[in-house]
Amino acid sequence: MARKVLVLGEVREGALRNISFEALSAGKTIAEGGEVVGVIIGDSVNSLGKQLIHYGADRVVVVENEQLKQYTPDGYAQAFLAVVESEKPDGIVFGHTALGKDLSPKIASKLNTGLISDATAVEIAGGNIVFTRPIYSGKAFEKKIVTDGIVFATVRPNNIIPLEKDESRTGEVTSVQADIKDIRTVVKEVVRKASEGVDLTEAKVIVSGGRGVKSAEGFKVLKELADVLGGAVGASRGACDAGYCDYSMQIGQTGKVVTPDLYIACGISGAIQHLAGMSNSKVIVAINKDPEANIFSVADYGIVGDLFQVVPILTEEFKKLKIASS
Amino acid sequence: MNIFVLLKRTFDTEEKITITNGSIDEEGAEFIINPYDEYAVEEAIQIRDAHGGEVTVVTVGGEESEKQLRTALAMGADKAVLINVEDDLEDGDQFTTAKILAEFLKDKEADVILAGNVAIDGGSGQVGPRVAELLGIPYVTTITEIEIKGTQAKLIRDVEGDSEVIETSLPLLVTAQQGLNEPRYPSLPGIMKAKKKPLDELELDDLDLEEEDVEPKTKTIEVFLPPKKETGKILEGDLSDQVKELVQLLHTEAKVV
Repeated sequence: MARKVLVLGEVREGALRNISFEALSAGKTIAEGGEVVGVIIGDSVNSLGKQLIHYGADRVVVVENEQLKQYTPDGYAQAFLAVVESEKPDGIVFGHTALGKDLSPKIASKLNTGLISDATAVEIAGGNIVFTRPIYSGKAFEKKIVTDGIVFATVRPNNIIPLEKDESRTGEVTSVQADIKDIRTVVKEVVRKASEGVDLTEAKVIVSGGRGVKSAEGFKVLKELADVLGGAVGASRGACDAGYCDYSMQIGQTGKVVTPDLYIACGISGAIQHLAGMSNSKVIVAINKDPEANIFSVADYGIVGDLFQVVPILTEEFKKLKIASS
Repeated sequence: MNIFVLLKRTFDTEEKITITNGSIDEEGAEFIINPYDEYAVEEAIQIRDAHGGEVTVVTVGGEESEKQLRTALAMGADKAVLINVEDDLEDGDQFTTAKILAEFLKDKEADVILAGNVAIDGGSGQVGPRVAELLGIPYVTTITEIEIKGTQAKLIRDVEGDSEVIETSLPLLVTAQQGLNEPRYPSLPGIMKAKKKPLDELELDDLDLEEEDVEPKTKTIEVFLPPKKETGKILEGDLSDQVKELVQLLHTEAKVV
């Protein structure tokens, strides 16, 4: 059955986030040959429309308004619902990002529909659109279908492969007017803390430290390794509780759940709560002094040794590799 | 101040998950208050202590959720309500839970409603914002700070590590992020007192809801465990050789760098 699917393109600091292209790919699957319509909300974002078309949108609808410069659930919901009103979609896909998590339940509630959050895969099976999503922080998975109303889902960053970029694709970019009023939550200030560098949930490489890092200072060597690999730095709860780093870096059952291509765990013992946040990473490297550390049970490659010896050598070796392959 | 906390009973974070007959095996598992809801309970108690009023904890579940409600009462909440759906509902989703909670809350004149930002079992994070939308009140998710003055609230919200400073007014629903506070342990006198605090039990009937009103809009068709990881390779030899080998393996075998 061909469906019309709306996919939200998420804008951060004037650019589309990668998750937008992954969401488009999911939208394409759900559409089953129907139309995929990109939606961009913001203040002067029209020029980004083309990019969504290059990544698989058939056309793009833009909602522009001064009041949409900063995300608020009230503003964005009014904008998105104006598009729903004019497009009457059969499906909707958002990224499962801070914005998507915050906005999607409001829209679902307004539309009186179900919502499948945090999907890591979508497929057509037995005539159904089947979503796979982690439960119990990735200790198990479930397959879910929508039984009533619009097929609405959010997709986890880094899991669905975007379609190949095709700059020869063309499509219409039109705008929808929305009356944005009564924004009840006012954002007074945004304090950037974590976003120096790469976002943890979208990072392809994460270098993560635990209690074994011993101090805030100790995280510097991890940062150097992450920088060489173009990755982000994460931490275990132990390291955060000990005050070595900010809770915004915490990976685990409480904290962020990440699925990078490469996860390098340094001085992390591997408590079950930490594993829940990272065990679905594609390749896991563990570096730990204790050969009995539980982290080795999920590692693809392990080095038993002092991270302060191993990590700097690793950084140097990756630098060499980079030079050799460039 | 009329304060409500939405609370869920979940598996202890230490529990290993096993599947029996196609569903998660709960036999012998330890249950706790969802850790994010625990932050919500703590914050609710602190708000009440600062501004006066009453904290009511509410859950949708079965008889066994009484234990977690009692724990919240022992922490210092004043009243608890169990909306027992055991006999009425075979299946439910976030739509179901939100609808039931909103129906319960609609005439309660809540000033502040607190919940966890996500439950560590289902992990959808939908119920809080859905309830707010159904009640027609604003919400702020993943908060790490809340300051109430009269009917105004100033909050700090965690957004993927960045912080947003938000101003809004009551009534308001918020969902708690880690870092909001350090939940207290119930004290012994607290536990004794909790036994005498009111814990009401309601059913769908009491909320004038029919089963059809809360029929889920999604359905789980399969539950499975992630494929077991093959045992990894522990490298050997001189440390710098190990590192060289690792880089080669990541480059040529795993192809991730």
